[in-house]
Amino acid sequence: MRWSSKPRALAILLASATLLSAAPSGAPSALPAAPPSALPSAEDKHIAVYSPVAIYNLPVLERSGREYVGLLELLEPLGRVSTETNGHSLKLRYNAIDAEFSAGKTRAKIHGRDFDFTAPFLIENSRGLVPLASLSALLPRFLGAAVNFRESARRLFIGGVGIQPSFRLDAGNPPRLDLSFTAPVNPTISTEPGKLRMVFKRDPVMSPGSQSITFDNKVITHATFSENNGDAELDVSANEPLMASFSGDRRTIVISIVPGSTSIGSSTNSTNAASPSQSESATPGGAAAGPQNPPPTSPPANPGSDNASANASPASNFHRPLAVVDPAHGGDERGAALTDKLAEKEVTLGFARLLRHELEIRGFAVALLRDSDINLTLDQRAAAANVGRAGIYISLHAVSQGTGARVYTALLPVEGESKGVFHAWNAAQAPALQISRIVSAAIVAELQTKDFPAQKSSASLRPLNNVFMPAVAVELAPGPDGIADLTSANYQQRAAAAIADAVVSVRDRLGVQQ
Amino acid sequence: MIPRALLIGVAVLLVVVIAMGIYLRHMRHQASELDYSSDTLPVAPPASGPTETVTLYVADDAAGMLRARAAQIPLPGGRQQRAEELLRTLLRIYQQPGAAHPLAPAADIRGIYMVDPGAAVIDLNAAFADQHRSGILSEQLTVNSLVETLAVNVPGIQRVNILVEGKPRDTLAGHADLTQWFDALTIMQAGGQ
Repeated sequence: MRWSSKPRALAILLASATLLSAAPSGAPSALPAAPPSALPSAEDKHIAVYSPVAIYNLPVLERSGREYVGLLELLEPLGRVSTETNGHSLKLRYNAIDAEFSAGKTRAKIHGRDFDFTAPFLIENSRGLVPLASLSALLPRFLGAAVNFRESARRLFIGGVGIQPSFRLDAGNPPRLDLSFTAPVNPTISTEPGKLRMVFKRDPVMSPGSQSITFDNKVITHATFSENNGDAELDVSANEPLMASFSGDRRTIVISIVPGSTSIGSSTNSTNAASPSQSESATPGGAAAGPQNPPPTSPPANPGSDNASANASPASNFHRPLAVVDPAHGGDERGAALTDKLAEKEVTLGFARLLRHELEIRGFAVALLRDSDINLTLDQRAAAANVGRAGIYISLHAVSQGTGARVYTALLPVEGESKGVFHAWNAAQAPALQISRIVSAAIVAELQTKDFPAQKSSASLRPLNNVFMPAVAVELAPGPDGIADLTSANYQQRAAAAIADAVVSVRDRLGVQQ
Repeated sequence: MIPRALLIGVAVLLVVVIAMGIYLRHMRHQASELDYSSDTLPVAPPASGPTETVTLYVADDAAGMLRARAAQIPLPGGRQQRAEELLRTLLRIYQQPGAAHPLAPAADIRGIYMVDPGAAVIDLNAAFADQHRSGILSEQLTVNSLVETLAVNVPGIQRVNILVEGKPRDTLAGHADLTQWFDALTIMQAGGQ
């Protein structure tokens, strides 16, 4: 009995061991399915997320009057995430934290504990959506880090990220404002009359403590900080044109007066130094030449009438400025294929003819670089504008993607330093770039006031960088009626009128350039 | 006489051995099927090199901007190989179905050359440019995405030039000027708008 029990025990042990070692350590797991790439919608709202590991933007969706964001997209850049959904509930694992959410319910379970949303959790196309208003409470449960969510501005700060600005005004003549940051920054800088605007899209710049800082200076008057739709914005207001330059480490932005800028404001007293609100309201349609300039002038009602210039400031008493309108592409060069049959070159020509008319009735002399389907090289186009000593150059393009219009200024290349009166061909635009950006901002503002979606940008697009006068390119995209809008005279007419109004509003600046 | 318990034990073991044989055969068949399906996925990044967290600047046509996206990828040590691997990773994002900035499946990076301290030349294949969508925004986003991703992740790159099939080309697809050297800082300041 004793002898026989040993082999039995041995046999059972051996059998068990064989079974255990043969059993798969785990079912061959399917390759992790890539998360369904959230196709970006055309919605404008977005939330900016700043964390020590990633900085990113996510689209914000509106559901039943509330703002939502995709949970997976939110957590994915921050750690390892996997989800599983059956349509009604969603199980999520973030690093080692398990959570379960139910569609339409406000209660969820995270790491074994209940969590209450401010609005129902939603599941759309296997994608979990959480209300924005719950993020402050929700994210610390997953991340274990402090979260600062500015809901109205849609800016989410995770952990200790945050860049503080500080100001130091050198009240010399001319004055200079040093703007220092606690970390390198990379804002988009633009100018408009009376204002230098810095938009921080990727930098977690925080409020300097006060929304508005007033300087005891008659030229550089004040700065304002605002946050909206995931962006932070610092505006510096002045009575003279401003320019900005970066320090080597990009922690300091030096804001100074544009050398050689003539200022009526310098001789005005402090009462005459208009408030920023005046300059802002003048921008869309008026003579947005800065607070020191006269009020906006209306465009002349009749073709050829120069009443506008007669009524404007003495600085604008020039001969009729020449606008060069350039319908891009032409001849063998068809441009983008907007549809199977419609080429970009056809749309740009029709659009250019309308713009010519709109500018002419506003007192401009207009040269159309091509009025038929001919080949023109980029160098020929630039040379024509330069030889004609045009006051402004407008290149017209069309595209089938997107909506509304985009207005571009030149993105200058590395090479091309100007030597004396000679400008490098590839950087001939450099001296006029500042004014080009003002023109671009005015066109965008004017388009937007006419309910035309518009954005400004910069592009390495020839011949923008080869012309020495203010130069912009306008890319017309479809409107609400889709691609048919691109050939719609009504649609083109609205865009052309807005562009022409904007050009009139900055006419004084073109005069200075001329 | 052989004890009964031993007989039972041997019999059980025999049954188990036969069952395991069948099961192993089944598992091997499944494994071969998995290998086959993984072959149809996009080319996996090389396993060599330590995994690093990098920031890819991914174009989003609808938003008209670049979005910073953190990714963990194995990167080789050399700057040139590192740059090539970065851009190929970026390219794979654009070649996924439903990408926010689609590029042609045949588009590829032929190579990247560090020609000068601070300067890099990206050599695209013909399909990259020939099949690229035409339009200022789309083309500029592609350029910005390539330049910004390189400049941020490969230390020292300040200027970038783009060739197609080893030769200079006027534009990417009719708009973005490729004859110039792109200044990384200028492009980053422009913010990929």
